[in-house]
Amino acid sequence: MTAVLQILFDALSLGSIYALGALGIAAIFGVMRLVNFAHGDFIAFCVFAMLWPSIDAAAIVFAGRLPFYLLIPLLLSVGAALSMLSEVIVFRRFRNANPATMMIASFALGFVIRHLLLMLYSSRPKSITLWPNLGLPVEFFGAHIPMLQVVTIIITLAVLAVLVLFLKHTRYGLEMRAAADNFTMARMLGVRANGVILLAFAISGMLAAAIGLILATNSGTADIGMGANVMLIAFIATVIGGLGSVPGAVAAGFLIGAASVVFQATRPHDARVFRDAFVYGAVIVVLLARPQGLFAPKSAKQRV
Amino acid sequence: MSKPPSVIRQTVVTPIVLIAVLLAMAALTYAFGSRAFNRTAIEMFINIMVVVGLYAFVGNSGLLSFGHISFMCLGAYMTAWLAIPPVMKSITLKGLPVWLLHTQLPMWVATPISGVFAALFALIVGRIIMRLSGIAASIATFGLLGVVNNVYSNWDSVTGGQGSIVGIPPTMNVWIGWLGAAVAIVTAYLYSISRSGLALRATRDEAIAASASGVDIVRERLIAFVVSAFIIGLAGALYAHFLSIVNPGSFYLRTTFVSLSMLVVGGMYSLSGAVSGVVVMSVLIELFRNLEKGVSVGGLPIGLPNGVQEIAIGIITIIILIYLPTGLTRNREFSWRGWPLQRRLASPVQTALKEMN
Repeated sequence: MTAVLQILFDALSLGSIYALGALGIAAIFGVMRLVNFAHGDFIAFCVFAMLWPSIDAAAIVFAGRLPFYLLIPLLLSVGAALSMLSEVIVFRRFRNANPATMMIASFALGFVIRHLLLMLYSSRPKSITLWPNLGLPVEFFGAHIPMLQVVTIIITLAVLAVLVLFLKHTRYGLEMRAAADNFTMARMLGVRANGVILLAFAISGMLAAAIGLILATNSGTADIGMGANVMLIAFIATVIGGLGSVPGAVAAGFLIGAASVVFQATRPHDARVFRDAFVYGAVIVVLLARPQGLFAPKSAKQRV
Repeated sequence: MSKPPSVIRQTVVTPIVLIAVLLAMAALTYAFGSRAFNRTAIEMFINIMVVVGLYAFVGNSGLLSFGHISFMCLGAYMTAWLAIPPVMKSITLKGLPVWLLHTQLPMWVATPISGVFAALFALIVGRIIMRLSGIAASIATFGLLGVVNNVYSNWDSVTGGQGSIVGIPPTMNVWIGWLGAAVAIVTAYLYSISRSGLALRATRDEAIAASASGVDIVRERLIAFVVSAFIIGLAGALYAHFLSIVNPGSFYLRTTFVSLSMLVVGGMYSLSGAVSGVVVMSVLIELFRNLEKGVSVGGLPIGLPNGVQEIAIGIITIIILIYLPTGLTRNREFSWRGWPLQRRLASPVQTALKEMN
């Protein structure tokens, strides 16, 4: 029983991170048909924003010293600002380009951000301690669950609730949903394209910052490549969930998290190293069964 | 009314021009280049093979593939298995079957075998993946990359795991690099003017109309997939001979994206674009590498700080794509008088692509 609880919490917290990542990708894809490969580097950038630039081995914690009620809003605005800036400087010029061109442009942007970080901070991972008491386990029906897992899950659920409220009950949310459904039509009905796209980028950037905070607290290190893995799984999750479907992206994020945790827990040790191969294999199988994704929105259907 | 000239007569100029230009580059490098510069040139020729192989699939089918670098991985490891002296293999790669442990083949034999091996693998997985289209196909190829990388990184007894396998005879020189690039260009060219290549380009531009005219999309895509896997498998084999070590990390995301960037920067729907993308990017990389090392101006050493190279390359890529979203060649081929067929198709293709967005 305790083992099952343990697995459940592992799966939920890993799934939470993937779901937040998938949301960040889906938000931008919905309005702009852009798969943002720079998202992982946005995550890393937000983590490194807590440190003062230096190439020494010891990290100089800068903003990371702030109390949480200042640090969290600060990082969220860093993420949002970086993301909106990249829209204004780069992606705005690709509105009419084909998806492959946009994808490569976003990859190039991520490349630039990553090497900027490398230049400022060097490639060594740096230790960063945020809220160490979140690592302590809490007793939960006999299972020892790290506090951080519980917090991660609660944060994710809160973010999801806020996003749903925003999308369903505010004017801007309505505009975003309209734009995601049919961009041209939405513009004709008075939705301002630039505003909606900027908003989507801001949301995506804040989600990146949130993931960065969770990852940094969890691992206690800041590493240039830390966002890349989340980005890849998040990207896959958005496709499996059905590109353009926000609930689909979240569900698929949780699904992939659960699948990898369950695989890790149930296979014999020798097979565990092949976990990723099985996860990617499963992705191919899911796509073969449902090429449009598990929760494809109606607008994604191809018209002849 | 005169008979229109054949497709070959109209288009054969492109591969000839490309191969001749590369030959000139190889000759200049061989005559004047330093040892380090020779290595840069060989790397460029191998990149040309990879990107031309990518073009054979991506350019003709219009599907973006993230999985082709896995064929490079397969080719490189196959070469390692075939070409490393048996004495070394029996220590590092104990899990190989006995007959493979005791063979050692020269480069001229090992390389084609590696290409065929990659092509066979593509034939098997392609039968499954090619049934998908659009972004689902791209993600499935991505999954393929993930699976291959994971298996090759962890199957320690056969692939040496995360570490490197050493001992492949380093027999590459700039002429073999050029020859490899020429083989890749000719193969890709012959495919793209073949019946299957023409049919596949029709499905790229108007999938529904093409399939209504009796084109079997899955079959044509599979053929392109196998052809491109063969070319990239060859590239992987030469890459193994070039570095004389292989490790799975070099056939993963970074290589995938760098080669895709080169293809898109050059122009993903044309063979000339594939080649010129690699050449331009290689020249830029080499240029900034030298700037980083520093040049002395009037006795004063001036150098850019380390890391500027990558940042500059990224920014230049973005700028090229902003002003030339269809790449440096704008998806056209080098030829004496343009390719009438392509010029006429250009505008509907662009609208179709816009509608797909």
